[in-house]
Amino acid sequence: MFDELSDKLGNVFAKLRGRGVLTDADIKEGLREVRRVLLEADVNFSLTREFLERVEKKAVGVLQIKTIQPAQQLVKIVHDELTAMLGERREGLKMSTVPPTIIMMVGLQGSGKTTTAGKLARKLMLENRSTRLVAADVYRPAAIDQLETLGKALNVPVYADRDTKDVVKIAKAGIDQGVRARDRVVIIDTAGRLQIDADMMDELKKLKAAIKPDEILFVADGMTGQEAVKIAQGFDEALNVTGVILTKLDGDARGGAALSIYGVLKKPIKYIGVGEKPDALEEFHPERMAGRILQMGDIVSLVEKA
Amino acid sequence: FKDVAFTDVSVLFKGVDEGSLETLETLLIESDFGVTTSLALVADVEFRAKRGEVKTEAEFRGALAQGIEAALRKGNADPTLLRATTGPTVVLVIGVNGAGKTTFIGKLSAQFKKEGKKVLLGAADTFRAGAIDQLRVWAERAGVDFVGGAPGSDPASVAFDAVDAGMTRGADIVIVDTAGRLHTSDDLMTELRKIHRVIMKRLPDAPHEVLLVLDGTIGQNALSQARTFSAAVPVTGIVVTKLDGTAKGGIVVAVHEALNVPIKFVGLGEQIGDLEPFDAGDYAKELVEA
Ligand SMILES: Nc1nc2c(ncn2[C@@H]2O[C@H](COP(=O)(O)OP(=O)(O)OP(=O)(O)O)[C@@H](O)[C@H]2O)c(=O)[nH]1
Ligand SMILES: Nc1nc2c(ncn2[C@@H]2O[C@H](COP(=O)(O)OP(=O)(O)OP(=O)(O)O)[C@@H](O)[C@H]2O)c(=O)[nH]1
Ligand SMILES: [Mg+2]
Ligand SMILES: [Mg+2]
Repeated sequence: MFDELSDKLGNVFAKLRGRGVLTDADIKEGLREVRRVLLEADVNFSLTREFLERVEKKAVGVLQIKTIQPAQQLVKIVHDELTAMLGERREGLKMSTVPPTIIMMVGLQGSGKTTTAGKLARKLMLENRSTRLVAADVYRPAAIDQLETLGKALNVPVYADRDTKDVVKIAKAGIDQGVRARDRVVIIDTAGRLQIDADMMDELKKLKAAIKPDEILFVADGMTGQEAVKIAQGFDEALNVTGVILTKLDGDARGGAALSIYGVLKKPIKYIGVGEKPDALEEFHPERMAGRILQMGDIVSLVEKA
Repeated sequence: FKDVAFTDVSVLFKGVDEGSLETLETLLIESDFGVTTSLALVADVEFRAKRGEVKTEAEFRGALAQGIEAALRKGNADPTLLRATTGPTVVLVIGVNGAGKTTFIGKLSAQFKKEGKKVLLGAADTFRAGAIDQLRVWAERAGVDFVGGAPGSDPASVAFDAVDAGMTRGADIVIVDTAGRLHTSDDLMTELRKIHRVIMKRLPDAPHEVLLVLDGTIGQNALSQARTFSAAVPVTGIVVTKLDGTAKGGIVVAVHEALNVPIKFVGLGEQIGDLEPFDAGDYAKELVEA
């Protein structure tokens, strides 16, 4: 098990051994390592600062009394605090009492909206909820082809209209079709856009007002860097999103964006994407995410050993 | 009062403006330069401040811009596209999922077309839904030639066919699109090596450029991507996309240092004209002014 933070903290505190009780300065030295690990995991800079302030308060209390295995103690405090910061509960999709439930996918370009729409449709179909996909990306070349291909492979109906650029019209017609077919869920795929693109954000606001979705899922690339906070805030301020999906976590990205986004939005991370295939969608586990950000394996056994 | 736990600007000298150094550090970290690169760049400014070369806030920023530019100009840093001496120039475009490869190819082919070059695009992403159609639309927009296979077919054989078609049709440039792949997937990296090998088989000095496309919005993982991709195939240049957004793409400095290859292009939007050659000076200046 590769455990960078524990190793580094071990080194820091080893230097201090034999001096008896840890001083505030010693603890600060340890916290500097924590800071580096968080920043290297792409946790937002300001959030890192706030986080360290909270950890410091706890660490001072614990470490000054209990100086056995201070590195492990500090790792545990950091891990617990991170887990708490990522949200305690796991949440699935909110289903409307009056079907169909309408889900809207939003996010930056290339974050994984269309692929994730397919994954959600597959999952819902497996739960015996008939689902329809609606192609409301009228900009990206072959975006409609992409959704139709996914739909065909998954056996999920796709509504598309290549003769109009009016996404409200497309979404309404798609939902109408879903109502007539007694679908349980209709998922609207939208085009990627920058949160600072006022015209494109207006399009989403109009779409939201017209179709009143039950879920607005903000789909974010799990490899996103420091801008994750501003991007998420941009989408949330415009649309009041209901949940977050983080994609591309099948790689080795540390995923600090999860903390950044949850830290500011406080909207549940509902699922994570772990591959390109339609079944590569998993539930979000805060404690696992915390371990990933800190680059450590099984924290519980680690501390129990201590 | 300065809290050492919250900054790495720890070695401070009399007469050096701590506030300015911290502002610079914040600026760099928030622009995704990463801790190591940020510290090195700030230490450089600190050194110059100690010697009395920089005093005002503006001078601090100026010194930082110089440091960034120097880092980007060090070593192999020429953004000009490498060209074949005879026959078509083959450009292989690679990168993780959704980075902007296909869009970049559309824009690049339009630039060559404008220069009067004969361009051919090869759609070797046979995996992702709609990928072949997407590249075909770009080929039509740019008014260039297109070679594609069937969805699900062997991407290496599409790449071979594209280079072959480029040679027989007398193309000046052949650009091969590949499927997005995470560098951590051994199978997909093996597939990429095969694509590269097969191109070489058809035209021994090709591909002349292997361009790694990095999403400007991503953070520190870009370094891991760059290292792994270049271990699999010889990456000759970097393309940074989506810099029309709010992200700054600062990780390219660390990537340039790690790979010793130039940043060649910057993507600034979704339209066909939104591509610019990378300019280290402009990049550095804009960054510190932000
Ligand atoms: N490895 C991996 N790739 C993913 C994941 N989710 C999506 N992708 C890939 O990321 C790329 C972009 O996905 P799309 O679904 O097209 O993204 P999008 O947000 O719809 O893109 P735009 O419509 O252009 O804004 C594709 O290559 C997908 O296969 C994931 O969880 N893991
Ligand atoms: N704002 C902005 N969007 C871009 C830029 N480059 C590409 N995009 C968008 O990003 C999304 C993904 O681009 P693609 O070209 O499909 O990316 P890709 O790397 O080919 O994706 P895969 O083949 O699925 O791995 C699309 O919506 C593009 O329009 C850019 O420079 N700026
Ligand atoms: Mg899409
Ligand atoms: Mg592509």
